[in-house]
Amino acid sequence: MAADATKSTAGRTVFRHRLSTRAWHWLNALTVIVMLMSGLMIFNAHPRLYWGHAGANADPAWLEIGATPTEGILKVGALTLPTTGVLGRWTDRHGVVQTRAFPGWATIPTDYSLAGARRWHLAFAWVLVIGGALYGVASLINRHIQRDLAPSRGELAPRHIWRDIKDHARGRLPGGEAAARYNILQKLSYLAVIFGLLPLMVLSGLGMAPGVDAGWPWIVDLLGGRQSARSIHFLCATALLGFILVHLAMVVIAGPINEIRSMITGRYRLPAERA
Amino acid sequence: MWSRRRLIGSLAAAPLVTGCDRLTYSEGFRDGLRAAEGLTMAAQRLISNRSALAREFDEADLSPVFRSNGTRHPGSPAYAAHAAAGFADWRLRIDGLVARPLALSMAQIRSLPARTQITRHDCVEGWSAIGKWTGVPLKLLLDGAGASPRARYIVFHCADDMGPVRYYESIDMVDALHPQTILAWALNGQPLPIANGAPLRLRVERQLGYKHAKYVERIEAVASLAAIGGGKGGYWEDRGDYEWYAGI
Repeated sequence: MAADATKSTAGRTVFRHRLSTRAWHWLNALTVIVMLMSGLMIFNAHPRLYWGHAGANADPAWLEIGATPTEGILKVGALTLPTTGVLGRWTDRHGVVQTRAFPGWATIPTDYSLAGARRWHLAFAWVLVIGGALYGVASLINRHIQRDLAPSRGELAPRHIWRDIKDHARGRLPGGEAAARYNILQKLSYLAVIFGLLPLMVLSGLGMAPGVDAGWPWIVDLLGGRQSARSIHFLCATALLGFILVHLAMVVIAGPINEIRSMITGRYRLPAERA
Repeated sequence: MWSRRRLIGSLAAAPLVTGCDRLTYSEGFRDGLRAAEGLTMAAQRLISNRSALAREFDEADLSPVFRSNGTRHPGSPAYAAHAAAGFADWRLRIDGLVARPLALSMAQIRSLPARTQITRHDCVEGWSAIGKWTGVPLKLLLDGAGASPRARYIVFHCADDMGPVRYYESIDMVDALHPQTILAWALNGQPLPIANGAPLRLRVERQLGYKHAKYVERIEAVASLAAIGGGKGGYWEDRGDYEWYAGI
């Protein structure tokens, strides 16, 4: 592209995000944070994970957050990690030492309440499902999924993906016209979250419900049992948290004001093309 | 380093967390969250078969240890005397909106047709255990007592003292008449242990553990839950804001 053309695209404001995308983004940002934090409180009621149909204190757990008389510990398989101060043993806001798994700053509510956390979690689950369904339908109708999210054949070429990974690792994000569209790593991660992680979160959540297991046994069977569903739910939540952290880091690298504005108003100022 | 991280963390999280805590203790907001319970129950019952059976397992699936939870021993002298006598004088009363109130001994209850089922017990805390339960279908008892068509809920009054009150729970007729809803007197082929609710406990297999009332001494058919305890239908529902519908 000629230097003149670059100058004319960079700095130009384009319309990048539709209303349905923006509305779902912010609704989901709130919902997912509430789900994650109330979910950690629910986990605190029994901080052990198992595989299979059943699992309780006498059965072997593949993950456990616990406390010794002096330390907080995280056990994963045969591995035991000291986590005092963060997991298993921490000091609450009143200065009292607690031996719950996740600390108060990470949970909703702050102080231990399984019933309270379930109220939050099971109400916002409806917001997650209804919001996700509306976004899905809207995005099929306005062709957001087909046009913006579906990768082209060329983008899926290993060489293209590898170059994008190298560019991201160096902090070289697309500029000019290319920045108006999602790059392949964005497309793949958004698709993985929208069609992989979020549906699996909902399915594994439903698989833990005894009423759902009686009515639709295929869900819990597909997941390998109720305790497997609980483990998968926790692993998906961890992956979702990882996505959120990388997503936020990318927003900061790409220019937080421009990025956040584009997700509020839809308008995005094209950054300069990199040399 | 720690203090700076903590400071930044609390600055970022403080508005959200204190906001959520404030909402948690606001009755109006909690009523909003509670609306989800009715939605969940309606959706589960609308979409799935109301008489769908909970999965039944094989002997090989039995949990090596069936964990107990909540009350492990009711502790009252009267209960201790019953336990010492092998519950020979225990009576299960069935009353309320019934044509013929009953008082059945354990011998009478064991002589009634029994159902045995190997099911998964799901605690609200998150753990599960698989056990083999034998007991009398609740429907049989309600039919025997002639439950009135006006009865909309079945309340279970228990022998375990929970401070000022005794444990109580309730289910509606959809679950009360379900074929897997039984009053169990045996676990894994043995008389029901005290820790698991001897001599009689409810099994309501499509709901979480706290609905499965232990140490049941009275079954009451009612038209409304308003006059039961705090009016929400169960000990934990009244005291801890747990959901009355525990199918999720």
